[in-house]
Formats: sequence, C-alpha cells, structure tokens
Amino acid sequence: MATEVTSHAKTPRQASAWINRASPYMFIAPAVVIMFMALIYPLGYMIWGSFRDWDPSQTIGEAEFIGLKNYVTLWNDPNFLESLSVTLRFAFLCVSAEMVIGVGLALLLDRNIRGMSVLRTMFILPMMIAPVVVGLMWRYMYHPTVGTFNRFLEDIGLPKVDWLGQNALTSVIIADIWQWTPFIFILALAALQSLPRSALEAAKIDGATAWQQIWHIKIPLMMPVLIVTALLRLIDAFKVLEVILVLTEGGPGLSTEILALRISRTATEFRELGEAAAMSNYLLMILMLLTVSMFAFNKLQEIRAARVRMIAEEDA
Amino acid sequence: MDQPYEKQNPAVYAIIAMLVLMSVGPVILMLANSFKFDVDIISGASSFFFMPTIQNYETALCDVLWYEPDHLDFCGLKFGGAFTNSLIIALVSTILTLVIGSMAAYALVRFRFFGRDTVSITTLMVRMVPPAVLLVPVFGLWNNEFCIDKNSLVGGLIRDTFGGRGDVCLAGTHSGIILVYVAMNLPFVIWILQSFIVQVPRSLEEAARVDGAGPFQVFFKVILPLIKPGLAAAAIFTFRIAWNEYLLASALSDRNTKTVPILIVNNMSEFNVEWGVIMATGMLLAIPPIIFTLLASRQIITGMTAGAVKG
Repeated sequence: MATEVTSHAKTPRQASAWINRASPYMFIAPAVVIMFMALIYPLGYMIWGSFRDWDPSQTIGEAEFIGLKNYVTLWNDPNFLESLSVTLRFAFLCVSAEMVIGVGLALLLDRNIRGMSVLRTMFILPMMIAPVVVGLMWRYMYHPTVGTFNRFLEDIGLPKVDWLGQNALTSVIIADIWQWTPFIFILALAALQSLPRSALEAAKIDGATAWQQIWHIKIPLMMPVLIVTALLRLIDAFKVLEVILVLTEGGPGLSTEILALRISRTATEFRELGEAAAMSNYLLMILMLLTVSMFAFNKLQEIRAARVRMIAEEDA
Repeated sequence: MDQPYEKQNPAVYAIIAMLVLMSVGPVILMLANSFKFDVDIISGASSFFFMPTIQNYETALCDVLWYEPDHLDFCGLKFGGAFTNSLIIALVSTILTLVIGSMAAYALVRFRFFGRDTVSITTLMVRMVPPAVLLVPVFGLWNNEFCIDKNSLVGGLIRDTFGGRGDVCLAGTHSGIILVYVAMNLPFVIWILQSFIVQVPRSLEEAARVDGAGPFQVFFKVILPLIKPGLAAAAIFTFRIAWNEYLLASALSDRNTKTVPILIVNNMSEFNVEWGVIMATGMLLAIPPIIFTLLASRQIITGMTAGAVKG
C-alpha cells in the first residue's frame, strides 16, 4: 500500500489518476462494509444456524449439526402450519381489501378539488406513527367495555362485539387496513394523474360512460403501477409484527400468531434458536419469491415498453 | 394543479371530510384520553367534555421533571431515559445512513467499477429482509461474536471505564442498535437516492472538476446540495423506522438502553393497564412523526411514489 502511494504520488497528475480510479471504491466501501456486517453475514449465520440444534446458552460452534431436521420438524408441526396459514390469510386479505378501497377512493377522488392536499397530509399520518402506538390506539378502541366501538354499539342499541376475542383476526386486519390503505390510495392517485390525457379525451369524445372509462382505460393503464404497489404492500404485510403484538399478542390461541411473532416467541420463550432460524428462512423464502416476481414483472414491463417504442419508430 | 378548482358535488366533500376524520380520529381520541383521569376513561362519561389533567404526562415524565408531582410517591416509569435513548439512536442512525447511503448511491450511479452489479443487485434483494428474520442471527452475533476480548488492550480499557464482567459486546449498547438500523435502512436509502442523483446534470460535476475539485469535493459541494429533496424524504423514512422499531431494539437493548416502544409494550402487557399514562407515552412517541408529517408531507409523498414506481 505504502509503495503504491509513493509510486503514484510522483507527479500531481498521476496522484489524481490514482484517486480517480480508487474513488468509486471509497464511496461504496462504508455501505458495503456495514451491509455485509449487519445484513449479509447475519443472514448467512442464520442459514448456518438453522441446520443446528441450537440453544441460546450455546455459541453456534457448540451446537450440534442436525442437517434438515429443524425444517422437517417445522413442516410436521401443526402450530407452525397454523401460524403460516394465519400469516398468508392476514397478508392476502389485508392487501386485497386495501387495494379495492385504495384504488376505489383514488378513482372517486381523482379531481381537482380544494382540500385534496389536506386529505393527503392527514392520510399519511397513520403510516408515520409507530406501529406500537397504532396497536395501542386500536386496543383501546376494541376494548370490550371501555372501548369506543362497543360503547358506540351500545349507544345505538346493538349487541357488543367481542373484537379481540372471537373476531381477533378480522379486528387485526381492520387496523392494518386503517393504517395502510392510504399508501395504496396515494400511489394509485399519482398513477391516475400521470395517465396520458389523450386516451381519456378520445374515450370521452367517443361517448364512453364514466364506468367504461374506468374499466377499459384507467384500470388497464394503471395496471403496472397497481401490481407493483400490491407486491410492495404484500411484502410489507409479511413484516407486520408490532401492531399484532400489542393488540393480541398472537392470541387468543394461535388465531393471530403470524410468523414474525412466532419466530420471536420460538427464540425467546421456547429457546429453540435453530428452529427459529429455520422458520426465519421459510419466511425469507416467501419474501424472496415476492421480490423476485416484482423484479421480473418490472423487467417484462421495460421490455414491452421498449418493443412498443421500436414499433412506433418503425412506423414513423 | 394550478388550474382553478372545479365546482364539485357536495357528496365528494362529505367523503373527503369523512376520510380525514377516519384517519385522524384515533389519534385525536388518544390525545384526548391522554389528558383524562383513568376514572374518566373507564366511566366514559364523555369523549370530549372533561376536566383536562396533565397528571398522566407528569407520571410519564417523572424522571426528567424538575419538581416532584404530588400524586406520585415513586417514579417507576423511566420514560425520560427511554426517550433520550430513542432520540440518540434515531438521530445518529439517520445521519449515518444518509451519509453512507448517499455516497454509495453516487458511486452506483456515476461510476463503472468492478463489482458494481453485485452490489446493486444485493442492495435490491436485501431490501425485503424483515426485522423478525434478523432477530435470531443478530441476537447471537451481537452477544457472542461482535465482541472485544476482555483481556485485550481496548476491551480491558472499555471494561475498566464502564464496568461489567464478560467480554465487551455490541449487545446492550447504543452502537449495537444503531448498527442494525443503519444496515436495515441502507438498501432503501441507496435505492431512493439513486433516482435523485441520476437527475443531476453531469455538466455541473464536470465544471467543478475543471475548477480543480476532487471527487469528494464534487460530491459534498455539488451533488449533495442538489439532491436535498431526496435527502429529506430519505431522512424521514429512515428516522421513522429507527424511531418506531420495537423487535430488534428489545432483543439488543439492556436496562439502560431501552427505547420508548419497548417501554410501551412492557407496560401494555401487564393486566391492569393504566390507560391514561400509556396514552400519554404513546402520544409523546407519536409527536415527532406527526410533526414531520405536517411539515413535510410533500417530501414524504415524493419519496413514497419514487420508491414504489421505480420498483
């Protein structure tokens, strides 16, 4: 290293050439080091640990190597399968409800109105507040006797609902819808407002009704953005943890115990680090699948756009 | 958007008003409850007409108040300390993430170098890693491997200064939590800033080069000032995650490095929930994000759309 510096520092020009060649690495090095240390290496460590019978009191080297046993055990564990099914149900129900409501509202409110910016500002609020606090607010509102909802039901003479008991999963999904529908609304609205005006004008001149415009022009044109949005939301829905932890702690029974929660319980309560690692790996695989499909979809979209452009150029 | 507003059906305004109410309602409810006595919350006499009290906030902040509140004989909740921890961790990790992330984004956009594609693809892929997946390995590593031997020079020095028995480890320190947060947020920040750096005209950089600026001067004096909106958006998202995160913080912190979300969750799980106090702590935790939202909603929306559309 030292010799290199001296040999390159002979003339100012050589020195600056050396700096120019090294500078990309100097810019990228800190990020690479930190991401390697606290993301890549831990992920490798987790995969390695998932093949071991690993107890929190042991270091990973002391733990016995047991091959795929953790994965097989999990696959035969009804609790894990239940938790997997809860996670999938939670994610898909949340995202489909949010897509319908969010896109619907965006179509309805895609106009030039006073108050739109206020709505958008207020709409971001639920997403910015800590999930722990969101859980706290909803736990209060769902409270069987003190809570807002049951009081309201009582006031108008309807029977009370056992929100976080019998209907725990639904209640948790409602809270998530409250928090994340705005995300889809804002993205859908942005997509709507960047649609080519010409197509819409043409449809209007041809006498298309509002419904026809929505179904045959707006939705198909928005589709690429909508699919990416849905996939992004889906990935996030698999990460949800704090809201459910505060609302129900996974209960009653296993009815709201999503995978993320089960991982943390397996690691801390049951003290089965190997199994928790294997479970994390399953979760990671699901998320990887979603991420890859999102990239694949984007690539496909780019290729299609390029082809359309080429055809257009040939015509011209 | 600068066109004059069109006249609209009043129903549209009604819908907008309802949506605003729905999204803000729970927050207002929490705010109102944080100023009530527990008796009032439980009896539920009225949602908005009540004798306000700051007693809940006094209980929550009892360890940083300069006077002793009358209603308390023991200060059990160490909220002030947790708030300071949250603040240190969130601010330091945000600043580090922004500096390191913007440098990396610049390198990825402007230079062609060996390993560029690997870094770029890895960054995209690890963006989806959830905290729950990092829980097990990070807990193991931070407690067992990322340690300085107590018999080594540096380790001995740290141990003599701060006390403790075992090796000096990352777990239980602010830096331990900050390291995870920086790593967790970097992929997103790098990715979102790339789309802002691409838009900076190359001619500006070349002009600075001709005037004799080195690569780092170009970056800090030319690029950074030009991507301020992007930095603001990235800063808000990073701060939000570091400020709100619970799971990893709870695994990595000890008694002295607890953050506010941990404190709230610990107080929630007890059977007899003191609603007033817990609402006050929740409100205090929610205040910084609320301020950001009101001040910088435009940047947040820009960041959100840039982040999603450029998948």
